Order: sequence, then structure tokens, then C-alpha cells
Amino acid sequence: MLEITPLHYSVLSAALFMIGVIGVLVRRNIIIIFMSIELILNAVNINLVALSDQLQNLIGQVFVVFVIAVAAAEAAVGLGIIIAFYRNKETVNIDEMSLMRW
Amino acid sequence: MEAFVFYLLATLILGLGIMVITARSAVHSVLFLVLNFLLVAILYVTLSAQFVAVIQVLVYAGGIVVLYLFVVMLVSLKKAPELRSDSRRVARTGLLLAGAVLAELIAIVWYTSANGSAPPAQAASDFPPRLAGDAMLNTERLGWVLYTEYLIPFEVASMLLLVAMIGAIVLAKKNL
Amino acid sequence: MLDTFVIPLLQIAVLVNALLVTVTFLVLMERKVMGWAQARLGPMRVGPYGILQAIVDPIKLILKEDITPANADRFVFTLAPIMSLVPALVVFSVIPFGPEQPYYIADINVGLLFIISVTSIGVYGIILGGWSSNSKYPLLASLRASAQLISYEIAVVMTLVSVVLTAGTLNMIGIVEAQREAGLWFAFVQPVACVLVFIGGLAETNRLPFDLPEAETELTGGFHTEYSGMRFSLFFLAEYANIIVISAIVALMFFGGWMRPFPNVEALAFLDLIPGWVWFCGKIFFFLYLFVWIRATFPRYRYDQLMAIGWKVLIPIAIGNLVLTGIAKVVL
Repeated sequence: MLEITPLHYSVLSAALFMIGVIGVLVRRNIIIIFMSIELILNAVNINLVALSDQLQNLIGQVFVVFVIAVAAAEAAVGLGIIIAFYRNKETVNIDEMSLMRW
Repeated sequence: MEAFVFYLLATLILGLGIMVITARSAVHSVLFLVLNFLLVAILYVTLSAQFVAVIQVLVYAGGIVVLYLFVVMLVSLKKAPELRSDSRRVARTGLLLAGAVLAELIAIVWYTSANGSAPPAQAASDFPPRLAGDAMLNTERLGWVLYTEYLIPFEVASMLLLVAMIGAIVLAKKNL
Repeated sequence: MLDTFVIPLLQIAVLVNALLVTVTFLVLMERKVMGWAQARLGPMRVGPYGILQAIVDPIKLILKEDITPANADRFVFTLAPIMSLVPALVVFSVIPFGPEQPYYIADINVGLLFIISVTSIGVYGIILGGWSSNSKYPLLASLRASAQLISYEIAVVMTLVSVVLTAGTLNMIGIVEAQREAGLWFAFVQPVACVLVFIGGLAETNRLPFDLPEAETELTGGFHTEYSGMRFSLFFLAEYANIIVISAIVALMFFGGWMRPFPNVEALAFLDLIPGWVWFCGKIFFFLYLFVWIRATFPRYRYDQLMAIGWKVLIPIAIGNLVLTGIAKVVL
């Protein structure tokens, strides 16, 4: 209990991942869904960093850098889409985002 | 001490995570998300990944989440989107699916911890290429690996960011 | 126990108190210098030459009624000033006032990155303060302010990278030591970077000529229009603490921190009689004075001009400087 093993970090990571998944599935506000995806990416990052520390191997941290880069790209494009969509339809509810074109 | 710090951080991270997805107002969600990221950065420091921790604060908390906050403020809604649909049904299905994934994850963790022991700690010396022995700091080692072994992925990531930047400008600008 | 808790806590207590006292007197200095620049006297009533004004002002702010607007988001409204002050104070934990122990609190090997990342958190205070007031002008001002801060942050960070390239380390003490080894302040090695960081610093701290977030003629006061009393003073403290941070960064990275001028010239060794932290504080005060001087001299930019300077002038120069530094580093 008092010794922190990689398993502890895996469990923390899994739990945070689940919180993100629940957010994606339950919330209807697309901005909050995006934030839940960020939580999921963070859960993955925690796992990578913990294992990188355990194995004394930097590849995990290199991956975290790439994950953060991808997250930044995703946020920029995704939020651009949200703004463009909101300008046309005045909503951020994903249930109303069913049209492929208008 | 280490265990205490870990449990404290883990509790706060999970608690803030739950608050992110349950908060009524999107601005509050963003706020909890920032605090969550800051705590994750502290967790990285305890794992002796200082550079990643600082990048986490700089890029996530200082950049990406500010973007979210901007969009939340631009997209100010009179009514929260949840009120317009049958949220009860959605929530039930969602929780069911999430529970299934959780069960799967627990099974994986349980299976791996029962069957395979953790892989042995690799000798620190064979990775990365020895530049100045063990005296190399986390940042230096990471930079070394990033610019030698992972140079092409690194360049691809920069292309991705460029494409994303152009894409965001095209999407957000009314008439180019 | 003594080394891990008591001494750092004592250092923090001394530093924070010194900082807050400095801020109160900084306000007095600003009013006095502005007065002299405009051929008037500045505050003269309280105490000799108005010195006690620095004590009376905070008392006034603390005693004022603390109003929360009717439809404000109370939680965020209270959190915003705290979120803007805390990063400004946290930064000082890695700013060294001298090369050995009692003069710094923490010596971490990613010091400069830590400073950059923590200061980037400060923007939340401004955005949230403007949003939670539930009022038009503060919201507009906070959108302006955050766009400005983010744009100029890019230029400043890219410029600082070229300095890191010159010094070869991210550690703040290491950067100063690199200047001792080079025998030159980096202001002479990287003059473009020095000017760029200072201009970017003016914009990051919302000072004239870039004080659009607080342009009272356009926005009735800026993002803190609805704030009063103690919560307003927290914003106020944060702004001045940030000015001190920028001055300290410029002094450390370009003007040799705690070292005397010409650190390698033996003939000037008598200057070492003045302790290092006094040199450092003196340099900081010189830049603080420069901030006020610029405020008294330059008119405010228009918002589109501000953005054009940030994106079309400063960032290209920063990138060019970075590339040149890289080439120079490889060639030399």
C-alpha cells in the first residue's frame, strides 16, 4: 500500500481515462466533449511518463511530447470547426450536428 | 511521503476530472481542467520528468486551455445544450458503455499484474546514446533523443502543427 | 527538517514581504516620476515629499467596500484575482538574487522554462475576471488582453530561446555564469533579443504603450472595471509584481544579474565591495524606472497596430534572430 508501483499509476490513468470516456458519452456540449478528450490524452500521458520512469527509458517522454503536439493541433482545428459551425447554426449541441452539408 | 503525495495528487486529479465533466457551466469546466493539468504536471515532477511537466503547463494550461476558454466565451449560450434533449436516456447509455470499458480496463490490469511481472528496469546506460554519461539532465537527454532518433517523427509533428494552423485560419476566417 | 521546511519558508516570507513593500513604493515612484516628467510635483501631502502615500494607498484599498456585481459568477469572480496574483509570486521562487544558497529559494535545471510557463498561467486571471463580471466592457477588455498576451508571449519565448542557445543552459544561475565566462553581458551579445524581450515585456504586463486592456478612454477601465476593494488590489499587485518579474528576467538574462559591470576586468574589482544582490536590485530598479519613463513618453497604440507589431514585426525578428544565433553557434 505504501510503496507506489507502476500499477498504481496505471490504475490512476485508467480511472482518468474512464472519466474522459464518460464525459464524451454523456455530455452533449461539444466543447465539454473536447475537454473530455483532453482528459483521455492526459490519462495516456500519465501512463507513458510513469512507465518511462519505471523502465528508465526516455521513449515514453518523447511520446508525451508528440501527444501534446497532436493535442494542440486537434484543439486548434476542432475549435475552428466549432466556431464555424456556431456561426451557421447557433448551437454547440452535438445532437443537432447531424447535417453533412447545408 | 512518496505514497502520501501520490494519493493526494491522484485524489485531486480524479476529483477535478469528475468536476470537469459534471460542472454546469462550461467556464467552470475549463477552470477545473486547468487545475487538473497543473496537478498532472506536479505528478510528472514526482516521476522526475521535469521537462514534460513544464511543457504540460506551458502548452496545455497556458495555450490549449486558453483556446477553450476563448471559444466558450465566444459561444455564449442562452440555454445549456443539455436542456434541449432527452439527457436522461443519453446519460444511461453513456454510463453503461463507460462501465463496459472500465470493466475491460480492470480486466487488463488485473490480468497483467497476475500473469506477467513488471518488465525489468532497463539499464540506464544503453539509452540514450551516451553524451556525457549520467550527468546529463532530463531536458538534455530528451532533446538528444528527439533530435537524433526521433528526428523524422519530430519533423512530421511540426508539419502537422503547420497544417493545423492553416486549417484553423481557413475555418475561422469568414472570407479569405 | 530545517533545510527542507524552515529555511525555505523563511526565505519565502522575506521575499513575499519585500515584494509587496516594493510594489507599494513602486506605485509612489510611478506617480512621482510621472509628475516630474510632466513638470509637476506628484503626491506631496502625506509625509515628507509624499513618501507615506505608499502606506496610505493600500490602507484606502483595504478599507473600501468590496462589491460583487449582482449577476456575477461569484466563485470565478473571487478566483480571478487570486489566479492572476499567484503565478506572479510563484515565479520569484526560481529567480536567483545571488549565486549561493541564501539568495535563491529553488535552483531547478529548467528554471527559465518554469518562469515562462508559470507566467503564461497569469492570463487566466484576466480572462476570467472580465468574463465573470458579467458586463460588456470588461469582457471586451479581457478578450483583447488575452489575445495580446498570447501573441506577445510567442515573440518573447522565441527570443528567449535564442538566449538559451547562447548560454547553453536553461538554469537561471547557469545563464548568469555563462555571461561571466563570456566576459560580456548578453545585452552586447544579443542586442536584438534584449530589446525584443523588453518590448514584449511591456506588452505582457499591459503597460503603455501597449496598455489596451486597461485603456480607460475606450473601455471604462478595462477588465477590472467591476472590481473594487481588496480584489481590485490583488489585480493591481499582480500587475506590478509582473513588472518586477520582467525587469528581473531582463536583468538576469541580459545584464549579468548579480554581477558588477565588466565582471572580468580586474581594475574594477573594488566594485565587488557592493554585494551581488544590491547590484541585482539596482538593475531591477533601473528597468522599473524605464517602464515608468516609457509610460510618460509614448502614446498608446491602436489595437490593430498592436497586433500588427506583435505578429508581423516582433515574431519575424525573433525567428530571424533565432536562426542567426543557431548559425553563429555552429560556425563559431
